[in-house]
Order: sequence, then C-alpha cells, then structure tokens
Amino acid sequence: MSTPATPIWEVFIRSRSGLAHRHVGSVHAADATLALQAARDVYTRRGEGLSIWVVPSNAIIASDPADKEMMFEPTASKIYRHPTFYDIPDDVGHM
Amino acid sequence: MATTSVAVPDTPLIRLALARADDALVLGHRLSEWTGHAPTLEEDLALANIALDLIGQARSLYALAGEDCGLDEDALAYRRDERAYRNLLLVEQPNGDFARTIVRQFLYAAFIDAWWQAMTASCEPRLAAIAGKAEKETAYHLRHSAEWLIRLGDGTAESHRRAQAALDALFPFAAEMFEPVTAAAFDVAPASLREGWDRQVDAVLATAGLTRPAAPWSHSGGRAGRHTEHLGHLLSEMQYLQRVHPGATW
Amino acid sequence: MYSQGLNQAETDDTADATRAARFQARIDAEDKIEPNDWMPEAYRRTLIRQISQHAHSEIVGMLPEGNWITRAPSLRRKAALLAKVQDEGGHGLYLYAAAETLGATREELVDQLLAGRAKYSSIFNYPTLTWADIGAIGWLVDGAAIMNQIPLCRCSFGPYARAMIRVCKEESFHQRQGYEIMLTLCRGTPEQKAMAQDALDRWWWPCLMMFGPPDTESQHSDTSMKWKIKRFTNDGLRQKFIDATVPQGHFLGLTFPDPELRRDEATGHWSHGPIDWEEFKRVVAGGGFCAADRLAARRKAHEEGEWVREAAAAHAAKRAAKLAASKEAA
Repeated sequence: MSTPATPIWEVFIRSRSGLAHRHVGSVHAADATLALQAARDVYTRRGEGLSIWVVPSNAIIASDPADKEMMFEPTASKIYRHPTFYDIPDDVGHM
Repeated sequence: MATTSVAVPDTPLIRLALARADDALVLGHRLSEWTGHAPTLEEDLALANIALDLIGQARSLYALAGEDCGLDEDALAYRRDERAYRNLLLVEQPNGDFARTIVRQFLYAAFIDAWWQAMTASCEPRLAAIAGKAEKETAYHLRHSAEWLIRLGDGTAESHRRAQAALDALFPFAAEMFEPVTAAAFDVAPASLREGWDRQVDAVLATAGLTRPAAPWSHSGGRAGRHTEHLGHLLSEMQYLQRVHPGATW
Repeated sequence: MYSQGLNQAETDDTADATRAARFQARIDAEDKIEPNDWMPEAYRRTLIRQISQHAHSEIVGMLPEGNWITRAPSLRRKAALLAKVQDEGGHGLYLYAAAETLGATREELVDQLLAGRAKYSSIFNYPTLTWADIGAIGWLVDGAAIMNQIPLCRCSFGPYARAMIRVCKEESFHQRQGYEIMLTLCRGTPEQKAMAQDALDRWWWPCLMMFGPPDTESQHSDTSMKWKIKRFTNDGLRQKFIDATVPQGHFLGLTFPDPELRRDEATGHWSHGPIDWEEFKRVVAGGGFCAADRLAARRKAHEEGEWVREAAAAHAAKRAAKLAASKEAA
C-alpha cells in the first residue's frame, strides 16, 4: 500500500505589494508546475497572495542549531551598530 | 397537489443567463462530488476551488435572470425540473475517474474561457461585468485542466489509456458547446470560437501525446431540455430538501 | 518541511540528560522548539502521534459533512459548506506538513490511517442524517474543536503552533456558519425546528466526549502538560465548552438531552449528567457506527488516486530526463 513519497515544496507568498515573500507552509507535488498550482489552491484561498514562490524542500540549506552560539551570539556585543548606542542631547532634535 | 416547480418566461437574456448558469451549476455540482475523495489532498482543494468558482458564476447569472423574471437564485436552481434545465450534456456527465473529470473540464474550459473573454465586450453591461470576473476564473480552470491532461497523457501507460478513453467518450459532447443559445446582439456566437478552440485543444493533445478522436458523431439536446439520464439523478439529489419542504427558508 | 538530516540519534546518556534539562528549561521559558533543535525522542513521538491524529481527524472529518454538499438546500449554503469542507482538507494538509518536519512522511502517516492503525476523532464516526446535522456539526463540533485548538496555537512545537494559528484563523467562520443554519431552522417551520432538536439530541453527548476521557483517566496528560503540548485539562476544556454552548442552545429555543444540566449559581458553571464513557471507548476503538464506512471511503480515494499520482511522478521523471539529456548535448 505504501506510496513512494511525492516531493515536498516550500511555499513563499508575497501578500501585499512592497512586502517580501514569506514562508507560509508546504505542499506535495510531482513537479514545479503542479507545486505552483497546489500552492495557489491551498494557500491563497482568502486573497492572501500577489506572488508565489515554490522551492524544493531539499534545496534549502539550514544552519545547524548546534552552531547557534557560534553563528549568532558574537553579534550581541556589537551594540555600537544600533542608533541608541550614541548619546545625542534631546535639544538637537530628531536624528 | 400543486407543483413546486416554477415557470420561467423566455426572453433572450433569461435564456442566455439560464443556459450559462445551468452549465456552471451542474459542472460545479459534479466537481463538488469529489470533495474528500480526490487523488491527492492538494487536488481535493483544487477541485473544490473550481467548483466554488462555478457555483459563484451560476449565482451571478441566476441573479441576473431573476432580475428580469422576479425569481430568486434558489427558485431557479432548485425548482426547475430536468426538462427545464438548459445545460450542456457535457457538464452533466458523471465524474468517472480523474481522467474523465479532467477531460470534461478541459473541453469545457477551453470553450467557456474564450466565450467569457469575448463577453467582456458585451453591450449588456450586467453580462459584461459577470464576464470580467468569470474570465479570470475560467482562465485558471483551463490551465489547471490542461496541465493535468498533459501529465495523464504523457504519464504511465495506464494514465495514457484512461485519458484517451475519456477523450473518446466525451468528445461527442463537445460540438454542442458551439450551438447558438440566442441570436441577441449582447451574446457572443459560440460558433465564432470554434477555430480557436480546435487550435487550443489540438496543441494540448499534441503535448499530451493523445489522439483527437476522429470524426465523432455529436450529441445534442441540452439547450432544449433533452438530457442524458444522469441529470435527473443529479437534480433529485440537489433539489430534494427544497422540494420536500416547499416554501421553507434555509 | 525543513532539512531533516541534522537530527542525529544521540547515544551518550549524560549528554542526553544535560540536553533534556536544557530542553525543558527552554519550554518552561515559553521558548519554541523548532524541527532541527534537539528534542527527547518521546517528545518527537508524542507530537507525531498527536499531530497526525489531528490531521487524520480533519481528513476523515470531510466525509460526514461532505455527505451533504450535493444536497445543501440553497446555493448560499452549498458554497459555504463546500468552502468549509475544503478548509478541513487544507487543515489536514497543514497538519501533515507539521508532522513531516519531525521526520515522518505524509505517505507513512496516511498508510497508518488506511491500515486502521491510527486514531482520529471519534466524533466523525457518527452519521449525518439530516441537513440539521450540518448546522449541529458547525455549531457544536467546530465549537468544541476551537476550544481544543486555541490553546494549541501556543504549543511548544513551532510548526504545530503556526499551523494551528492558520487553522484557527480560517475556522472562525465554521462555527458561525453552523449556528446560522441552526438559527434559521429554529425560526423556520415546525418540521425544521424538530430537525434541529433531533440533531442536538444526537450530537450533544458525542461532542462532550470530544474532549477526551476525564482527567482522572487520561493517559498522556501529565507529560503533555509539562511539554506544553497541552495547556488545559480535558475536563477544564469540556466545562468551558458547556458553559459557552448552553446559553447559545437556549437562545435557539432548544432543549439539551441532559435532564441533570443545571447552572450552579455559586460557580456560574453548568453541571452535567454522567457521560457514557463505555460508548466513547467503543467508538474510539473502531466500533463507531460509521467507522468502517469512513475508512472504506478513504481507502477507495487512495487506491483510485494511485494511478494519478504515478502518472504525475512518471511525467516529472520523463521531463527531468529530457532536461538532463538536452543539457548534456549542449
């Protein structure tokens, strides 16, 4: 009874003009055309979309959670990258 | 006992609106029968989307017909019997396997999408407005069914056999689409769309590796209310509550 | 689904103990667990079981309501019901996808369902006999489902929580759709009102059972609470549902099939008579009235769809081969 697995595609949708495509979920489809159709039929039933990307799931390269500290913590101390690091008197006005 | 059926006057506008509404409702109803039973979950949602588009088109068209005869959409849909239904024989054909459903959809969409496109220029503004919305929907139905037909034709030996069998069975119902419904100026003569339809169908069949059935005979009668036996069963199921409880609100 | 290869089986027990402690600390801090994060095997198994049961329930749940799509008594009702049942298919799809992030495949999970090895909500083994059942399902079954599902939007497992947020957002029309049907029937002819009462009589007790066995007997509750997969007890949610629903039923002018149902003035809660847990156990174990029909319908759809899925795969393979050949030639 076991069916060979159909490829999985990640679905990204631009919901409004000017916004980036955002991950919304996934679909199963044998090829890219069917994946795009399925993404449209599954994820844009309530006017959610203006544009769709589908990407084969296995094409996504993810960072390893075990590397989280190495990857993301060194940036935490670089507070001089944020505007609030700098003291400007209120009298100067908005800057 | 008094009948629960309604009588509808015959004007060109009502005739056209009812014929197209009946086409859309009956086909939408057929597609809705797939819900929960489609070959994949994704396709279950896709077929329901098409069904909802078609039911929506039917509602707009019944509302239009109703403006001219004082009956609401439900009176027109639920209280006319099979001899009063004006839909194409093609759309009432049972779902069969997925190939049958896709071929039926493709043959119809390739016609109706061109018809709605042409109708956006109709001199009857209410029809042109419906056409503007419907055309976008049927354009997707056409793409969806064509893509599937290509996959079925070009897939496995079994899918090819099933797709060809569906074509052979349904092609005799295609010519009815090109019969005139009215001679009114606001209508687009279906015959004018025949060439474009032939080209489009031939192109998809070629990609799918399917053979256009040679010189088939044609079935006709739906526009005169002479249907295949399938419609009566469809309507008795669809209409039963309205018929059993006359006058009730749902 | 996200790349799944990162979760290697860990054999080092001390490392596991440290990880388990860190894992629990994250959960306690209301952090979300994501698919590639380390997690105890039992957490993974519990989630795959729960999410797939939830997905199966959505898919099987399409059948009792689908039973009335072709008989809906107005075009407005027909469109709404079709859209609702379609939503349920979508919800099943989102949930299978959430389970897939844990390393299960949809195909495996569906096979478990079709082989009768997976559970789904017992409520869908009851038949829909009249149009009023469609109203009662929307009002009561979806009402009960929402009570269960809203807390799941805060579940500790990210993909499940996100799927549930989408599900809850989409389902917001389902219960209103059902209640509107009930209201129309109750304001209609005497036959219609009787139809509504009959539906309430048949669906009320099974709906109370939807929240699962009483807390004293529930097997999975403690760990699930600790892992924040579950946030309220079965009895707590059941009470919340009853308190919300009884006044709605009285507004309809309907009577609940429970002579012991009364409002406790001190607590403000509605107390109810005993639930027939023997019936619940029988239905969950597959002895439900429609269990055989439901599975048969799903098997038929699966088997009759096999050649379609094969055709799509074969076409995709041919196309890929052609593309590869043309690249080689170039």
